[in-house]
Amino acid sequence: MERFIRESAAIVEVELIKLVRDPTEIISRAVQPLLWLLVFGQVLAQVRGIHTGQLSYLEFITPGILAQSVLFSAIFYGIAVIWERDLGVVHKLLVSPALRSSLVFGKAVAAGFRGLVQAVVIYLIAFIMHVSLSLDPLKIFAVLAAVMLGSGIFATFSLIIACIVKTRERFMGIGQLLTMPMFFASNAIYPLDIMPGWLRVIAQINPLTYLIDALRGLMITGGESVHGYLVDFGVMLVVFAALLFVAVKLYPTLAE
Amino acid sequence: MNSPALESFAIRTSELTRQFGSLTAVDHIGLNIPYGEIFGLLGANGAGKSTVIKMLTTLLSPTSGTAEVGGFDIIRSPADVRRRIGYVSQLVSADGTLTGYENLRLSAKLYGLPKAERGTRIADALDFMGLADSAHKLVRTYSGGMIRRLELAQAMLHRPAILFLDEPTIGLDPVARRTVWDRLLDLRRDYGMTVLITTHDMEEAEELSDKLAILHAGQISVVGEPAELRAGLGADATMDDVFVHYAGGLIHESGTFSEVAQTRRTAHRLG
Ligand SMILES: Nc1ncnc2c1ncn2[C@@H]1O[C@H](COP(=O)(O)OP(=O)(O)OP(=O)(O)O)[C@@H](O)[C@H]1O
Ligand SMILES: [Mg+2]
Repeated sequence: MERFIRESAAIVEVELIKLVRDPTEIISRAVQPLLWLLVFGQVLAQVRGIHTGQLSYLEFITPGILAQSVLFSAIFYGIAVIWERDLGVVHKLLVSPALRSSLVFGKAVAAGFRGLVQAVVIYLIAFIMHVSLSLDPLKIFAVLAAVMLGSGIFATFSLIIACIVKTRERFMGIGQLLTMPMFFASNAIYPLDIMPGWLRVIAQINPLTYLIDALRGLMITGGESVHGYLVDFGVMLVVFAALLFVAVKLYPTLAE
Repeated sequence: MNSPALESFAIRTSELTRQFGSLTAVDHIGLNIPYGEIFGLLGANGAGKSTVIKMLTTLLSPTSGTAEVGGFDIIRSPADVRRRIGYVSQLVSADGTLTGYENLRLSAKLYGLPKAERGTRIADALDFMGLADSAHKLVRTYSGGMIRRLELAQAMLHRPAILFLDEPTIGLDPVARRTVWDRLLDLRRDYGMTVLITTHDMEEAEELSDKLAILHAGQISVVGEPAELRAGLGADATMDDVFVHYAGGLIHESGTFSEVAQTRRTAHRLG
């Protein structure tokens, strides 16, 4: 266990060094949520076509947009892994005696930290746009935990895809193919109960839905979690564990 | 000379085979490499050199056959094998977005070097490879020769008994190449490291290796000491003659496009 933590921490450390050294990627990722909140959120709020209970539409989608940016920035983690494979960095990691689980888990945690940067950005934008954010420290802490967990889930998912497709070109195609449907088949920009039945079924097996549900309750004053935090975090933990299990099996095939 | 090293081999393979679909990349190979030897593995593009190394370093599992590295079976005890080996891949494995020092620190942690020793080990490795002055520069700014030396430093940081080097001098200028050779000879002298090195460079093969094997289409076509192999082909045969004779023709003959492209990319990135 001590070894697992030490090795994972070593991976996290280098990822954080890289992040701090070259923040352009993460900053450019902040543009998209800005557009969603500023344009999409404002316009749809005028239409008043979607019933979002006691929350304003902008308040309703703020957690959804945070989850979206967590999803989009984590899902392209696979590209970085493929890049590392083309360079031979993956080979170097895999000939080391480090546990394969430390390598995979370290990557997931590093993705979690990237997610935190997204959270800070969204909080700032939302604050400027007068979204009534809950500033209860305990809730903020829970938001950060949810964001890390969500980032870990999507980064690990992305790692699995990378291990299967192995080339950048194929990954780009599949990445697009998966992320947009995942976003639309969730409760990010409309509530579950206005969805047609088939879509709701898909949304309910989509881990993004549980991340958003938790965030909606935690971030916004007056927001509430439909499924309850226990279910939200429980589902996310189980999904994360299952994905890690698969990723640990597949990661070594990257060096073949 | 009754040392146990005479009986036990650093690397032993028996009928080692790897197929990719219908292609047999490595075909029933048997090698016995004693501790302390520098062993050259030669062959044209696509002959199977990297595939042999990947199996011996536990990155790729064999289709059939067995191998022991440092006394451990590569399939049954991969973790024990990994602890005893160092590997420099044919690709550029140093992380360009980190400094040389950070690359080494990552290795030190992944290999579980005790915290108290990490600093001195890293400093020694940097000194040994002549990188002390550039330790805190991004690897992306290094020359090809410096990158290769850093990769060697990473591979030897934990003092492995056996080093696997896959074309370590490709794309390097003669001076940089010479430096890598000298360091390898030092490692063997100071730590008795066993080295398995692949190359296309016949001068390198002759200069460094105690013994070499030439692979052709996944099979070993000859094993022997460089001088012995030359002598076998006539009084004034060169190492290039040896290569042409045993490797089945010109160097680039059997390379597929992607392999050649890969090699070029590597060379380009290094150069
Ligand atoms: N992962 C793989 N999938 C399919 N075929 C592969 C794979 N790796 C290697 N091969 C094939 O196996 C054969 C041996 O390749 P290998 O890389 O071992 O050759 P090599 O001797 O190292 O060549 P080079 O000098 O170009 O590095 C080649 O025909 C190659 O195309
Ligand atoms: Mg090769």
